[in-house]
Amino acid sequence: MASHYQDYLLHLADNALILGQRNAQWCGHGPVLEEDLALANNSLDLIGQARLLYQHVVTVRRDGKSSEDLLAYFRDVPDFKNYTLLELPHSTALAPTAAAERDYAVTIARNFLYSALMVLVWDGLKSSGDAQLAAIAAKSLKETSYHLRHAHDWLLRLGDGTAESHARMQAAVDHLLPYTQEFFAPSAMETAVIKAGLGVATQPLQAAWQAMVDEALAQATLTRPAVAGHVSTGKIGVHSEHLGFVLAEMQSLARAHPEAVW
Amino acid sequence: MSTPNPQPDPSPKATQPPPLKDWPLWEVFVRSKQGLEHKHCGSLHASDARHALQMARDVYTRRQEGVSIWVVPSNSITASNPDDKDALFEPAADKIYRHPTFYDIPDEVGHM
Repeated sequence: MASHYQDYLLHLADNALILGQRNAQWCGHGPVLEEDLALANNSLDLIGQARLLYQHVVTVRRDGKSSEDLLAYFRDVPDFKNYTLLELPHSTALAPTAAAERDYAVTIARNFLYSALMVLVWDGLKSSGDAQLAAIAAKSLKETSYHLRHAHDWLLRLGDGTAESHARMQAAVDHLLPYTQEFFAPSAMETAVIKAGLGVATQPLQAAWQAMVDEALAQATLTRPAVAGHVSTGKIGVHSEHLGFVLAEMQSLARAHPEAVW
Repeated sequence: MSTPNPQPDPSPKATQPPPLKDWPLWEVFVRSKQGLEHKHCGSLHASDARHALQMARDVYTRRQEGVSIWVVPSNSITASNPDDKDALFEPAADKIYRHPTFYDIPDEVGHM
C-alpha cells in the first residue's frame, strides 16, 4: 500500500511537471506576448504543484535519500507516471521533428482536456484522508480552474473562428482525445489508494468530464470523434517515445551539474 | 501559428473577431485592494473585452497586484492635447491658496 500511495503522489506530481515542462516550451515563442505570459504562468502553477507533491513524497518516504530535485531530475522514463497525453509534442504530426511547427491548437486542446479532469480530481482530493494532499488539492483547484477557463476560452475562439483555426482545432481534438481513455482506465495503484481513502476514483468522474467536454466542443462548433483503440499507459510507466526527449531537455542541466545551487 | 493564412476565408462571418494584427488596444486599470481606486497600469492588445480582461489578469496581476480589473477600449478615451499643457495647467501654478495648507489641524483629528 505504501508504495502504491507513493506512486499515486508521483503520478499527480509527474502529470503537473511534464505538462508544465511541455507548456514552458512556448516561453518566448507564444503567438502573442500576452499568451506567452499566460502559458508561462500556467507552467509555473503546474511546476509549483509538482514541487509540493514531490516534497510530500519525500516526507512520506522518510528514507533520508530522496529530494524533490532527485525525483524530478534523476528518474528515467519508466519511473515517470504521468498520463501519456501530457508528454506528446505540440503537434498533430505522428512523427514531428524539432523543425515541425508547434500548433497552439494542440496546446489548447490538451490543456482543456487535462484541466477539465483535474478540477474534478482536485475537488475530490480535498477530502483525501491525507491532510497534506487535501491541502495541496485545495490550492491546485484554484489554479486549475483558471487553466480550464483559459483553455476553454481559446477552444471556443479557435473552434468557432476562421476556417483554418476551426480545422486545426478539430485536428487537435481528433488527435488527442483517444489518449484521454487512460484517464479512466483502472490501475492497481489507483485501486489501492481509493480503497485506502487517500485517492480519488476517476471512473465516477467520467460522466461529468464528458459533459464538460461535449458542451465545450458543441459551443466551439467542433465534433467529438469516436474514441477507441489503444489505451495509453503512461501512468504505469509505459510511455510514448516522446517522454525521453522531454526528460533529456529538462534533466540535462541538473545531471551535468549535480547538486548545483543558485 | 505565426504564418498568416495565405488565402483569406472567402466567407467571413459578420461576428468574426478581427485578425490578430488588428486586435484593438485596451487600457488596463487595477485595484490593488478593496477600498482603493482602480489605477491605470498599462495597455494591451486583445480581440474583445472578455479576452482583454483575461489577458490583463495574466500580464498585470502576476505579482498579486490586484483584486479587481477594469479594461477600457483605448479609443474610448478622450485625451487632452499635450500642446495645450501651458494653457490648461500653468494658470494653476501661482494659486497656492487653492491648496488647503493654511489651516491648523487639531491634534485630535490625526492624519488627514
